[in-house]
Amino acid sequence: MLTREEERYLVKKLGRRPNLLETDMIDAEWSEHCSYKSSRKYIRLLPSNGKRVIVGPGYDAGVLDLGDNHVLTVHIESHNHPSAVEPHGGAATGVGGVIRDIISMGTRPIALLNALRFSALDEDNAASKSKWLFKNVVKGIADYGNCIGIPTVGGDIEFDNSFKDYCLVDVAAIGLGKRDEIISNHADEGDLIILAGNPTGKDGIRGASFASKLLDEEDRSAVQIPDPFLEKLLIEATIEAVKSNCISAIKDLGGGGLSCCLSELSHLVRKGFEIELSSVHTKVTGLSPNEIMISESQERMIYIINKQKLSTFTKIFDKYGITYSIIGKVHGQDNLSILFHGNAIADISCNLMVNAPLNNRKSKRPEYLKTIKKKIGLEKISDYNKILLRMLSNPNIGNKNWVYQQYDHEVGLRTIIKPGSNASVIKINDNKFVSMKLDGNSKHCYLDPYYGTMGCLSEACRNVICTGAEPIGILDHLQFGSPENPEIFSTFKDSIDAIIDFCNHMKIPVVGGKVSFYNETTNSPIKPSPVIGTIGLIKERSHITTNIPVIGDTLFMLGQTYEELGGSEYFDSYVHTKHGKVPKVDLEIDKKNDLSVLRIIQKGLADCVHDCSKGGIGTALAELAISSKLGLNVDLKKIPNNCSRHDYLLFSESQSRFIIGTREPEKVKKTLSSKNCTFSEIGKINVSNILNLNYSGKKIINLSIGDLIYSYNRINQIMDGN
Amino acid sequence: MKVGIVVFPGSNCDRDVYHVLNEVLGISSQYVWHTDTSIDNYDALILPGGFSYGDRLRAGVIAAQSPILEEIKKKAEKGLPILGICNGFQILVEAGLLPGALVKNTSLQFSCKWLKIEVLNVNTPFTNLFKLNDQINIPIAHGEGRYVVDKDQLKHLYKNNQIVFKYKDGNPNGSTEMIAAICNEDGNVMGLMPHPERATESILIPNETNSNARLIFLSLENFLSNLVRN
Repeated sequence: MLTREEERYLVKKLGRRPNLLETDMIDAEWSEHCSYKSSRKYIRLLPSNGKRVIVGPGYDAGVLDLGDNHVLTVHIESHNHPSAVEPHGGAATGVGGVIRDIISMGTRPIALLNALRFSALDEDNAASKSKWLFKNVVKGIADYGNCIGIPTVGGDIEFDNSFKDYCLVDVAAIGLGKRDEIISNHADEGDLIILAGNPTGKDGIRGASFASKLLDEEDRSAVQIPDPFLEKLLIEATIEAVKSNCISAIKDLGGGGLSCCLSELSHLVRKGFEIELSSVHTKVTGLSPNEIMISESQERMIYIINKQKLSTFTKIFDKYGITYSIIGKVHGQDNLSILFHGNAIADISCNLMVNAPLNNRKSKRPEYLKTIKKKIGLEKISDYNKILLRMLSNPNIGNKNWVYQQYDHEVGLRTIIKPGSNASVIKINDNKFVSMKLDGNSKHCYLDPYYGTMGCLSEACRNVICTGAEPIGILDHLQFGSPENPEIFSTFKDSIDAIIDFCNHMKIPVVGGKVSFYNETTNSPIKPSPVIGTIGLIKERSHITTNIPVIGDTLFMLGQTYEELGGSEYFDSYVHTKHGKVPKVDLEIDKKNDLSVLRIIQKGLADCVHDCSKGGIGTALAELAISSKLGLNVDLKKIPNNCSRHDYLLFSESQSRFIIGTREPEKVKKTLSSKNCTFSEIGKINVSNILNLNYSGKKIINLSIGDLIYSYNRINQIMDGN
Repeated sequence: MKVGIVVFPGSNCDRDVYHVLNEVLGISSQYVWHTDTSIDNYDALILPGGFSYGDRLRAGVIAAQSPILEEIKKKAEKGLPILGICNGFQILVEAGLLPGALVKNTSLQFSCKWLKIEVLNVNTPFTNLFKLNDQINIPIAHGEGRYVVDKDQLKHLYKNNQIVFKYKDGNPNGSTEMIAAICNEDGNVMGLMPHPERATESILIPNETNSNARLIFLSLENFLSNLVRN
């Protein structure tokens, strides 16, 4: 609902009172979800220029130049409120929405990733709802993505009780196209406006407004209904029409339906539209003009075409059996005039619609941050084996195969590094590969919004670097509670600052993103939950690197381990404390370590590279044993560290650390020394089937790979009961 | 020699099969849109995977009613090699070109993973380059891939040597007798659930192990070139 100030502003700008339809249109477009009225001032500050950026963050997908006339389009969206109410449909339509952003650029979607957040899966009452949400969100994503034939190649999943009775469902999509075929989005007077796809119905009415307040009632009619089959036809028809050169502009219909789509498109092409709503094909008869304008029925697209190209267009859409209607035409002015059976029923300037009055949100450093103790007293540990197995069985750390097997991650013949590794790698052509990862850490961000967010950036870049890729773009998805709460708004601003500082230092542009506020239920707001996506480019096939070591590899640890366990999985799930120091990012060191690893990979010295973050060195080493089914012999004392205890050394989540496996230890040493890196040789890979971690000879951890794998697969046991 | 790739609305492995045939293996192929009436110009047909008609009602059942299937049936009777992969297998079963049925996996979940299958019949146009009991690394990706057949038909399948591939090391979907692929009595029509097109380029195979799944397509090429020679 519009606030009183917004109403006053609107009346002043219009010079009259808006009618009901105009009020509904403005209400959808000026919702937080569509207008970014609280965040716009801040996201404008994000660094978004770079030599590869063709189109930066905006309405639809960002576009990156890969060279050789190839462009990559990337976008991220969330569907949190709908998924919390109806997980299958909410998650599925989230996938559909982000795919349409990719085809709106005239590019073919080639991969999907997702970041999911749920409450803990432990065996208590709250867990059954969390399991229900988890199971159905995954099924919703699978049912949609699998059907349209776009591989879901990776993601990030986190469980934390701040998501109680709620969930976050973020979906990112990558598209591939030719630079000279990107839709330029222009329009001339007299061009036709065509609405194609799903008939408009009563589903998803006021969805954008629903997502712009906290979730206090389960309004199912605000959740849309997915039809992946129709989406698949829309993809094929759109690509065919783009190749036939018959489209001037495209835009998908998402939050705010036809109303937001038309006003944003009109603003984009800098022309006005005249729309006859009775021409819109509908699911049922008797829909009111208001319902037609703000319905969020899925799988709909708007195309602007030159009259002369109409027959080419209709031939393609008829071939695929897609319903379409010509709903209006482009005119010279800047306004959106809406007719119904020939009668003018709304007339608003697009400029006014897309430029909601911005809010000046107050911010205040959260009180709770003042109470966090940097140090805690902890008893001595006697059995490290037990702790490591507990850590591996923590769903935040363990194997997510239960999820990834439900996604078709192979279709398209591009998936080189499959889901579940550091980052996923997809093939562009025989000499060009793209690596991508989504990362987030709400536990770190809660205790330290600035360094927590920077840690997500550091980790996402590190994961992509582990595969041999140079980061070329960042996606940011900023998810918080209500911006009207000054303490929450302050955490949002800290996140923004971290992204600006990181991206400026690393010279990686932000190419797309999204802000999602009001992620709260009547219980409480979520922890600050930015999700960061990093896109990396691999320039040679031989640079592709996995996290699977081979027999005889010498292991190196790069980077210093500090006593940074605040928000770590160890402190959170084992020690059960919300205190401690959150890992900081030293940008100089972070960059130096990243570049050194890339150098080692490009020289062909690395058999495997593994990121060391969530769960610390202990779980990272266990993962090497699990991925290779080989034994490890490591002397923990050799790891560069300032830790006073073995458990801190094993489970600290300090940033900027890598584990490198190599058959060329001398050359690796030389490379790292020449860059003045902090590193050491820590052990070797062997055929023993045993993970053996000692501290200068004293046994700390000694576990068989079978035991590690059993614990690591606990999500399967929780979800399938076996 | 020309292979036709039959595309229905919702097919989604058509471009993958096309890429592998034309660009990787050098076997000439073309798309055949489901409304095309003439399929006389093709020496073999492949029905690729996907979700034809969104798998509504039941996987493959709507595509099986499509007019092009009548043409395909006529060609099948004349001995044209016809391969159905995944959804293509489901369509062939629904159209009655192959016996049995494909129902939901016992897990009730879609399952995408790499596994091994074993060759049991090397006398088909799709397996003539294999040796008996050869093993193949190959991925599956399906929610309705559990092959079921009654006891009498099963006996018949064994008697006529119609079981072409079986899953090795575990049953991924609950299929009767771990069946992964069957053929018709004449052997010219085969349906298989795993995706050989995804296991043809070594870069896509985990650990880059050798690809012999490509022998499925190369067997077809071999069969067709022998036809020409004789």
